[in-house]
Amino acid sequence: MSFPWAKEYAPKAPVMKWLDDRLPLPRFVYNAVGAGYPVPRNLNYFWNFGVLAGVALMIQIVTGIVLAMHYSANTLVAFDSVEHIMRDVNSGWLLRYLHANGASMFFIVIYIHIFRGFFFSSYKAPREMIWLLGVTIFLLMMATAFMGYVLPWGQMSFWGAQVITGLFEAIPLVGPALKEWLLGGFSPDQAALNRFFSLHYLLPFVILGAVILHIWALHIPGSSNPTGVEIKTAEDTVPFHPYYTSKDGFGLGVFLIILTILVGFLPNMLGHPDNYIPANPLSTPAHIVPEWYFWPFYAILRAFTVDFFFIPAKLLGVLAMFGSILVWFILPWLDTSPVRSGLYRPLFRKFFWVLVIDMAFLFYLGGAPAEEPYVMMSQLASAYYFAHFLIILPLVSMIEKPKPLPGSITEAVLGKSEPTAAAALA
Amino acid sequence: MAVKPLVAQMAPSADVQRQASIEVDLSAIQPGQAIKTSWRKQPLFVRNLLPAEIDAANKTPASDLRDPQTLAERTIPGHENWLITLAVCTHLGCVPLGAAEGENKGEYGGYFCPCHGSHYDTAGRIRKGPAPTNLKVPEYSFASDTLVKIG
Repeated sequence: MSFPWAKEYAPKAPVMKWLDDRLPLPRFVYNAVGAGYPVPRNLNYFWNFGVLAGVALMIQIVTGIVLAMHYSANTLVAFDSVEHIMRDVNSGWLLRYLHANGASMFFIVIYIHIFRGFFFSSYKAPREMIWLLGVTIFLLMMATAFMGYVLPWGQMSFWGAQVITGLFEAIPLVGPALKEWLLGGFSPDQAALNRFFSLHYLLPFVILGAVILHIWALHIPGSSNPTGVEIKTAEDTVPFHPYYTSKDGFGLGVFLIILTILVGFLPNMLGHPDNYIPANPLSTPAHIVPEWYFWPFYAILRAFTVDFFFIPAKLLGVLAMFGSILVWFILPWLDTSPVRSGLYRPLFRKFFWVLVIDMAFLFYLGGAPAEEPYVMMSQLASAYYFAHFLIILPLVSMIEKPKPLPGSITEAVLGKSEPTAAAALA
Repeated sequence: MAVKPLVAQMAPSADVQRQASIEVDLSAIQPGQAIKTSWRKQPLFVRNLLPAEIDAANKTPASDLRDPQTLAERTIPGHENWLITLAVCTHLGCVPLGAAEGENKGEYGGYFCPCHGSHYDTAGRIRKGPAPTNLKVPEYSFASDTLVKIG
């Protein structure tokens, strides 16, 4: 669907006309990210992050495909083949650092994209399907990133794989058998490394497919906007191109500058030095931590230290960790307020910021050692995390008195008395 | 039916299965000594307990234990001096110290995990620290008095 005032694709060059009659691919692009897609005129820079995530995915796919030409998924040589990429392959160091730091940038962008969704309630009707697909993409990203981190077969690769696949052991009855099946052995080894490589190569394309569905679903109702008021007239919109291609282009420049600084000056800042030690199943690093982007969920996993009734602590931790993301799937039905934007929800907005602080704290705790006082703090922060979604959000939606919404997007931008106010502002 | 091979290919392959059990020769391990070997790519402790260590383990009241088990339940009748456990801390999977000469055996004379300070006693039972359960005892049997088959 598109808005009736959307500009129609009208190819001028004969070859484009010929193509449009046979395979209207340019028309598709024109209507998706060109002048044929009307977008709210009031989008702020938080609306850059969808495009940035798409670019980050493409950087990962391109650098990943070329890295796979030099990497070897064999436990005997995997570590050395990564060092070979770093030392011997032409520009190998650049490609690998782009891939490793690109993953971190991808997650930074995605976290901001998700929290944009939280603040502006982008998950609300009629955009639930966009949100559900987005959460699915996030889960796929986590699986892909985890398996990618195993590939260099360093100490953190190995022990990270040991801990994460060990999570499946906590599942009652089938757990140990499931772990053996997933690993193709009794602990991470050749079979596991090889299949992780296969899946690490496959999943980004599954993500790409899910992203296409995500964007398809987005183009049904069109983009949301900071007021949360739906588009009413042509005045409320501008064409995606050139308005948002340029705005996103600016954001993309900032993104690439940060990525370049990371790759050029701080390539190992976000990694763990222990992963430059080859994997050794007989010696554990003193402090096993996953990559930084998993820390909040790792903190939730470790928060459970005592059994509850008949459920072992380890299983509780695993359930809570997966539950902390799965709860996002029911978010559209937990937040029942008819108002979307946090800008018009005074009480919701306060709790949003408390959630941001709680999440930041969980980030810190997930990277901290598994000892007191961090365990106790993780328990409190995890409890608050779940309380936010399951108790606070539904309650706030019930008792909050939202601020009056503007009559339209244009009114929010230009004020009520339209033509004169517009002239005065210009 | 058509899906079965696709699922089954993920399970441990024949060569991996063949390494699933190992034999350990005990003849060189003197009382009071322990060795660290590798089983299923995981470290394994084989320890020849001293009579004093057996006594210490047997005298411990069950109420002192987080994961109540007797030494007899963790060894094979007639071979109570052989304590065979995984050398994998049940907390987060580190390898505890205490097998080699001069290593820290912890406050209870068994094993000590340097990662987060879990202390195991002479029966490999958790006594202090964050680990939730005792060191895991693998399935094993004695082929002869000096040869044990693990797994």
